[in-house]
Amino acid sequence: MPEITYLEAIRQALWEEMDQDARVFLLGEDIGVYGGAFKITKGFLEKFGEDRVIDTPLSESGFVGAAIGAALMGMRPVAEMQFADFISCAFDQIVNMAAKHHYRLREPVPLVIRAPYGGRLHAGPFHSQCPEAWFIHSPGLKVVAPATPYAAKGLLKASIRDPNPVIYCEHKYLYRHAKGEVPPEDYIVPLGQADVKREGTDIALITYGAMVEEGLQAADQMSQEGIEVELVDLQTLYPLDTDTILASVKKTGKVLIVHEAPQVCGIGAEIAAVIAQEAFRDLDAPVVRLTAPHTPVPFSPPLEDYYLPNATKIVAKLTDLASY
Amino acid sequence: MKKGLCANQQSNYTSVMIEGTVVGLGSADLLRFYYYLRLTRGLEDRVIKLYRQGRILGGCYVGTGEEAISVGSACALEPDDVIAPSHRDLGAHLVKGVTPNEYMAQYLGRLTGLTRGKDGTIHFGDLRRRIIGFISPMADGIPVATGVALAFKTRREPHIAVAYFGDGASSRGDFHEGLNLAAVLRLPILFICHNNQYAYSVPVSRQMAVPHVADRAKAYGLPTRIIDGNDILAVYQTTKEAAAQIRGGGGPIFIECKTMRMRGHAEHDDASYVPRELLEEWRGRDPIQKCEHYLREREVPEDQLRAVEARVVKEVEEALDFAEKSPLPDGPEALEGVFAP
Repeated sequence: MPEITYLEAIRQALWEEMDQDARVFLLGEDIGVYGGAFKITKGFLEKFGEDRVIDTPLSESGFVGAAIGAALMGMRPVAEMQFADFISCAFDQIVNMAAKHHYRLREPVPLVIRAPYGGRLHAGPFHSQCPEAWFIHSPGLKVVAPATPYAAKGLLKASIRDPNPVIYCEHKYLYRHAKGEVPPEDYIVPLGQADVKREGTDIALITYGAMVEEGLQAADQMSQEGIEVELVDLQTLYPLDTDTILASVKKTGKVLIVHEAPQVCGIGAEIAAVIAQEAFRDLDAPVVRLTAPHTPVPFSPPLEDYYLPNATKIVAKLTDLASY
Repeated sequence: MKKGLCANQQSNYTSVMIEGTVVGLGSADLLRFYYYLRLTRGLEDRVIKLYRQGRILGGCYVGTGEEAISVGSACALEPDDVIAPSHRDLGAHLVKGVTPNEYMAQYLGRLTGLTRGKDGTIHFGDLRRRIIGFISPMADGIPVATGVALAFKTRREPHIAVAYFGDGASSRGDFHEGLNLAAVLRLPILFICHNNQYAYSVPVSRQMAVPHVADRAKAYGLPTRIIDGNDILAVYQTTKEAAAQIRGGGGPIFIECKTMRMRGHAEHDDASYVPRELLEEWRGRDPIQKCEHYLREREVPEDQLRAVEARVVKEVEEALDFAEKSPLPDGPEALEGVFAP
């Protein structure tokens, strides 16, 4: 099986979906002539034409609203935020127009918004954010966050084929750092399914995005100490695969939730509450979260290193939890 | 057809009055306009009464005095054109086929309303009748309508999109982003502004530092028209010409309809901040009276006008009866329909 990067997986998903479904089109800043800020859509304008690869003016709210209108007319727009940090410019259209439309009128809004998120690139407070929680908290939206090239391609295809608005969170650090096998034939990763990346019996590590790889490294280290960690990669943040989460909790009795998004009201809080409510008797320790602190994302490397969770910090938390 | 340019120094605007008959309209067309104007006014007057009686939960938003804008423009469109109405465009909904029954049921939160009770007042739409559902944040519908036009252009369809909004909405970012996008991509969309001079309590002089909302549209390169929104023939004719130009690939056009909000922002608002003289001036320019003037000029028999009025009275009462007899949704239905399957 060919091994490709996370970025290439996203590119392939977009290309293949555009190739097989004439309703799919792209809009965003610099995606056409420039090929995208991260070069994901390089070559798309030449292949698909300017009707289907639209370089928009600098107006996230305007072109997300336009994407909603096109979706209502039966097209399948994929709107790109150049950085997830700019998604707040379109917040009103997303949470008020897109998210509530089907509930009110039973008309589908098949829209995908791609949001390049996450830190570790020395990109500072406005190019590193993790805004997932804002959208998980807005009923009517699906939110996905693949961790591997396989999931990146499969989840993007599934998101494009979903008749609902999906916020597709693609982690910028993973673009070139994550490599993996991707089957050549058409496949999807269904929304709403978590993936157990590593089986274990002692602690459940629940995470997503760039923290999956950090978690796997931490798990390997713990294994050398005789502690076996089960790693659950959420993949979809809403709707949450609570069955898989609770099965791992039942199996292990101890839970560490890791996310790069800031602590307060991050998805870790929701998962911890669900576990406390549904699996209290399975727990042998309090549910622990390891997250970024509740500050903006700082720029200078020592600050950002202090800010971000990583394998070393995960090992420390796992070690504490193991001896609880 | 006479065209008179009338400079009105009050409120610092000029209005274009199109007097007389419009080429291509017969008595039947005028009576049809009259029916929709009367139906709009009749339905809204009825919900106002219900509100005062405490029989409406939530707010009550009407477009009293502005009916010619919604009716005149909607009548000038093709059936497959898509509209994105605002909260004072009931007349456009009715022209597109929304029924008095559905309107009343919506206000009373019934299952037979267009949202099955999921939303209230005029927050509805129906893609089968080519109406984009309206939501509360003003101007949000503008980029959405722009996207509808984008779909038409991409698929080479001969339809146009029409976005309705007020003077207040023209201050929001979405107005500017939507108009700019439409202009840059040369999309088949018509923008229709009700400049009714007040956005809740904020007069238009506080809403913008330019004399006309159309001046804002000019900034994005759109051709603009400023017309008397209370003259249904002016609205109809201007819309028809603009729609033809847009359909022919001419790009977006902006029509500003000068009018007056004759009641409060909503029925809880007594609008005491509006000078009485301004209301009196516009009471004399009521769009229904103006339509009656055109009908009489055409020598349409009075009994035909009375017949329309009687029909409207009957339909309004039947609609209220229908709504009151309609079932309310069951509580657990609140959980349904978040996602498309």
